[in-house]
Amino acid sequence: MAEFSLPANSKVRKDGRVFKAPHGANNVRVFKIYRFDPDSTENPRLDTYEIDMDGCGPMVLDALIKIKNEIDPTLTFRRSCREGICGSCAMNIDGRNGLACISACDDIKGEVKIYPLPHMPVIKDLVADLTDFYAQYASIKPWLQTRTPAPPDRERLQSKEDQEMVDRPSACILCACCSTSCPSYWWNSDRYLGPAALLAAYRWIVDSRDEATGERLDDLEDPFRLYRCHTIMNCAEACPKDLNPARAIGEIKQMMAHRRF
Amino acid sequence: MPARARPLSTHLDVYRWQIANTLSIVHRLTGVMLSVGLLALTAWLVALAGGPERYRAVMRILESPLGAAALAAFGFGFFYHLLNGIRHLFWDIGYGFGSRERHLSGWLVVAGAFVLTACALAFSIHFSH
Repeated sequence: MAEFSLPANSKVRKDGRVFKAPHGANNVRVFKIYRFDPDSTENPRLDTYEIDMDGCGPMVLDALIKIKNEIDPTLTFRRSCREGICGSCAMNIDGRNGLACISACDDIKGEVKIYPLPHMPVIKDLVADLTDFYAQYASIKPWLQTRTPAPPDRERLQSKEDQEMVDRPSACILCACCSTSCPSYWWNSDRYLGPAALLAAYRWIVDSRDEATGERLDDLEDPFRLYRCHTIMNCAEACPKDLNPARAIGEIKQMMAHRRF
Repeated sequence: MPARARPLSTHLDVYRWQIANTLSIVHRLTGVMLSVGLLALTAWLVALAGGPERYRAVMRILESPLGAAALAAFGFGFFYHLLNGIRHLFWDIGYGFGSRERHLSGWLVVAGAFVLTACALAFSIHFSH
């Protein structure tokens, strides 16, 4: 059953710390950031940081790095590539899931509110525990499964058209923006696979070289694993790579219907 | 070891209401509304079978300002749920997933529901006099 309110230990205190802008700053923006310290017994809180944007890069990740380097070294977040290909800095920015490194501060009106990916266990500050998310990805067997022996002298070849079928879904970086934006996933993440894992399943189902299509569909034929998708479309709105997990899930549902006849 | 259990990150209360998720929850709410409205329809049918006295009693409630407002809301819920249901059927056969299509179809559903509700109201006012 869906639990709409946060557990008592997760409610966010509003009386966080406030870090004022330095004197003389004339391009100040306010960042409100979710903080949780696992070593204290206190609930999560919202801290306020006033940033002089004249000394800061344009992206939300630039502001986070500036805070960590110059204002508050305890702020914890994941980041790596800073160009939208690693998926580490996925978080909830201004109410939407996205990558901090490719989200421009100028695209956000007013205060910049930053929370960890929604409805996930929080390890520290903006770092969510993605263990179950990765386990769901592993559960769809994201590798090529074959029965026939491989050609002795070359790779398993694919036509250009067949490659195009897997080209877009292969661009998923597993940042978890889509799955953690999905209310169905919030309420049933223990049984519903979520948009990211289902997009990955689709990628292998439509791969012309894969020979386990039937088993893959069998594994998804379940009231929860696949059919908890109610086409809310938050996943497609959230994907920072402009992929469309909702369409992939829709196509899997269609394949399920077609193979009955 | 952490000093305590991990908190659950915020979700409903921080996620932005966008056209996609708003129309989705309105579809659910209108569905609930239609189920409740079905009770009113049943009461009306029972009254219809129960003779002129009972019918007049139920009609007095339905024709009161509050009753009329509830009927108008029920009408909007009906048309919204119908049109958005058709939108869902298009998704089920594989159309309308793109960003432009799903936004446009969403706004069309909202506009269509208002227009059809207005038509139904005009129709009922015309024939009640």
